[in-house]
Amino acid sequence: MNMSGKMLLIAALLAGTAGPVAAKKEKEVPPAAQGSSAEPDNPYPSTYKPYPGRPTVIRNATIFDGEGGRIDGGVVFLNEGRIVAIGGPDTPIPADIAVFDGTGKYVTPGVIDIHSHLGVYASPGVDALSDGNEMTSPVTPHVWAEHSIWPQDPGFGRALANGGVTTLQILPGSGNLFGGRSVTVKNVPARTQQGMKFPGAPYGLKMACGENPKRVYGAKGREPSTRMGNMAVDRQTWIKAREYQKKRAAGKDQTRDLGMETLADVLEGKILVHNHCYRADEMANVIDMSKEFGYKITAFHHAVESYKIADLLRENGICSAMWGDWYGFKMEAYDGIKENVPLVQQAGACAIVHSDDQDGIQRLNQEAAKALGAGRRMGINISDEVAWTWLAINPAKAMGIADQTGSLKVGKMADVVLWNGNPFSTYTRPEKVWIDGALMYDSGNPKLRPVSDFELGQIGAGDVK
Amino acid sequence: MSMTRTVLAMLAIAISTSALAQSVAITGATLAIGDGSEPIRNGTVVITAGKVVAAGAGVAVPAGTKTIDAGGKWVTPGIVSGFSRVGLAEVPGVKETNDTRAARSPFSAAIDVAPAINPLANPIAISRTAGVTRAVVVPAAGNGIFAGQGAVIDLGADMTPITKARAFQYVEMGEEGKDDAGGSRAATVLTFRMMLREAQAFAKAPASYDGRSRDALLNRVDAEALVPVVTGAMPLMVHVESARDILTVLSLRQDFPALKLILAGATEGWMVAPQIVAAKVPVITAGLEDLPSSFEKLAATQSNVGRMVKAGVSVSMGLLTGDDALQLRAATQQAGNMVALTKVPGATGLSWGQALRTITSAPAEAMGLGDRFGSLKAGKAGDVVIWDGDPLEMTSAPVSVWIDGVQQPLENRQTKLRDRYASPSEGAMPKAYEW
Repeated sequence: MNMSGKMLLIAALLAGTAGPVAAKKEKEVPPAAQGSSAEPDNPYPSTYKPYPGRPTVIRNATIFDGEGGRIDGGVVFLNEGRIVAIGGPDTPIPADIAVFDGTGKYVTPGVIDIHSHLGVYASPGVDALSDGNEMTSPVTPHVWAEHSIWPQDPGFGRALANGGVTTLQILPGSGNLFGGRSVTVKNVPARTQQGMKFPGAPYGLKMACGENPKRVYGAKGREPSTRMGNMAVDRQTWIKAREYQKKRAAGKDQTRDLGMETLADVLEGKILVHNHCYRADEMANVIDMSKEFGYKITAFHHAVESYKIADLLRENGICSAMWGDWYGFKMEAYDGIKENVPLVQQAGACAIVHSDDQDGIQRLNQEAAKALGAGRRMGINISDEVAWTWLAINPAKAMGIADQTGSLKVGKMADVVLWNGNPFSTYTRPEKVWIDGALMYDSGNPKLRPVSDFELGQIGAGDVK
Repeated sequence: MSMTRTVLAMLAIAISTSALAQSVAITGATLAIGDGSEPIRNGTVVITAGKVVAAGAGVAVPAGTKTIDAGGKWVTPGIVSGFSRVGLAEVPGVKETNDTRAARSPFSAAIDVAPAINPLANPIAISRTAGVTRAVVVPAAGNGIFAGQGAVIDLGADMTPITKARAFQYVEMGEEGKDDAGGSRAATVLTFRMMLREAQAFAKAPASYDGRSRDALLNRVDAEALVPVVTGAMPLMVHVESARDILTVLSLRQDFPALKLILAGATEGWMVAPQIVAAKVPVITAGLEDLPSSFEKLAATQSNVGRMVKAGVSVSMGLLTGDDALQLRAATQQAGNMVALTKVPGATGLSWGQALRTITSAPAEAMGLGDRFGSLKAGKAGDVVIWDGDPLEMTSAPVSVWIDGVQQPLENRQTKLRDRYASPSEGAMPKAYEW
């Protein structure tokens, strides 16, 4: 996608008016960047191409469309990688194509995990594969998570088969204030990370507030060692970034600086800020900082105290990416409650359920169920289909890909899960998962179970997991 | 909590549990006994003097007994965590509150976690609210392969948590154990053998056991603590994950035939299930491990539990993959997912009743306490939960919990935070005045 196309996409997303998909744009050759450097604008482009699919219909299923809609006895028609029809029992479907009976089953858009470290903290969890945190400086906006991704992490396949995850954002860790660029990938096995990269998805910037940066660098006897130190280093960095961005925008000559390029892109709204932040009071400080320097926070991640400031988050249009029930493992998680997600939803703010975990990503539907049940018990009556937005359109919006995936709307990517029951039940598992219309997992077909290079030839390779 | 209820809760802490145990009959329940049998409709449970008197269909309620009509709701024994560190840490990441491990202690096997367990720790109350009534509490190894003696506790709102102190000894013999032993599995096995021989030497002649000489691997108190392990008077819980390490552990009985082994972890247990069955060794495992998260777990699959149960192993589930001081409530999720596997082609899962057993009677039996709690059979502890839905569903929660026949408070600081922030905006006064 060229620069102007990307900017248009961002503008459309910010305005909440994402139009129909510009499917062919990413095929254009990336042009050289404007301004001070001759290197290409998009030096590590996606090489992902949808795998072959065939026209497919699922009939008579309960459908959660991912935007809060529900169709009973519904029909979904996938063709050429796209959703071409969705509706009730009377939805016309062509003859002579594969039809799956969805009786007693559920269809949803593929699960989107906005917070994953698959590939950068891969299995097996040995030091040699620990590539998520460049903890040599608190300010590392120049590192890109995609350069750490090991595509052979077996976790990707588990997230597909057990979790129905079709898209995920892979982030650097939270040891640093500015952790680096995140990347969004399709959950398809590939030889290279480029083969997984979601075409045209905007990059994210991982930031972190709170205990982690101050602990990591405080232990090294350097700044930051306090929360005020966190904020001070952040602000000093934004001051530099503003200068860099101004010069760049004015076409003035300056030495390329990878970190400053990322931050300048944030200031120009091209890169989305994903800010690890637990405590309500710290989120409020970070919101003020974003206004001080004129950038937008897209989402707070691990936001265990969002429920305390759900009104503030709504007013500022910031999403909260949250766990179902994590609490108390460290001081800033002490006030975590199961009702966090439904309280954010009830306040009219954007709620997302995320994993941050190789196991949790396999059960995001169950994490959402925990929150849903807790909410209902306190009288917040959220329907199943609305709760599914936590795993679908909400993370898609926060990742800047809502015009392409995240819900079952005509023209969108055919990222679809057929569940063998209600996906909010612990007794339910994905039966089939399509990515861009290609059947990538089928519980009934042992050959449609991805086996990574790491597992091939090992005990347990190809076993049901 | 109103003032009256706060006072009552404090009284409950002050008064011994038996004094508060009520006679209660729960009728009209969708009743699961916890012994592996499937739930029945319209069941009745009768508790008197802290114990289950009867449970099942067509059970008569003694005249004058307080009766609760469950109205079809689910009733189960209290959930038992087969592996936890609850009560040993308030906030695991805050070292001042964390008593799970003593890396700078000169002691190992002699360490007894019982006096460190804080019955007022918030994770105990939070777990209780989720229907967890008992837990196996495991020390973490800090000084060598032996971690010390674990306990079995109840999660009641009182100051007497201990069901059984010094219930088992814990030892690391897998990847973590090799590190504790100096760097290799060969060193682990040798260390284990030599330490147990020293314990035997201590048992033979306590007065002449030095324990201070340069050659001694164990000081006197650690040697003494391992004596009941060698004689089989105290179970030995061994943490291993790989098929290879499991067989190594089972073979230790050639030298120490009385060892009463419990396997913890056993991610690759399914590969050697016949040998585990033949050795009559119970297993406490994580249940949902399916990644080669380490090289000792290459054959990890969620079907591990189902395959082992099918082979005849007694399997319990617990928190072997982290959050062991906090997330005891994950037990019902682990069990529910075992049921899910029965619908996945090629996978091996558990029936609902079998799944419940892995988080109720099976861990009690693994601890040798199956006669005391873990199922709703006559004579067992009155640990009973009424749920607002199927207990293995994540949308469900307890509505009433009894431990030893004492009805438990179901509030905790999380429910208080929830209520304070039901609306985020502040009223006439700051939130700090809303309590």
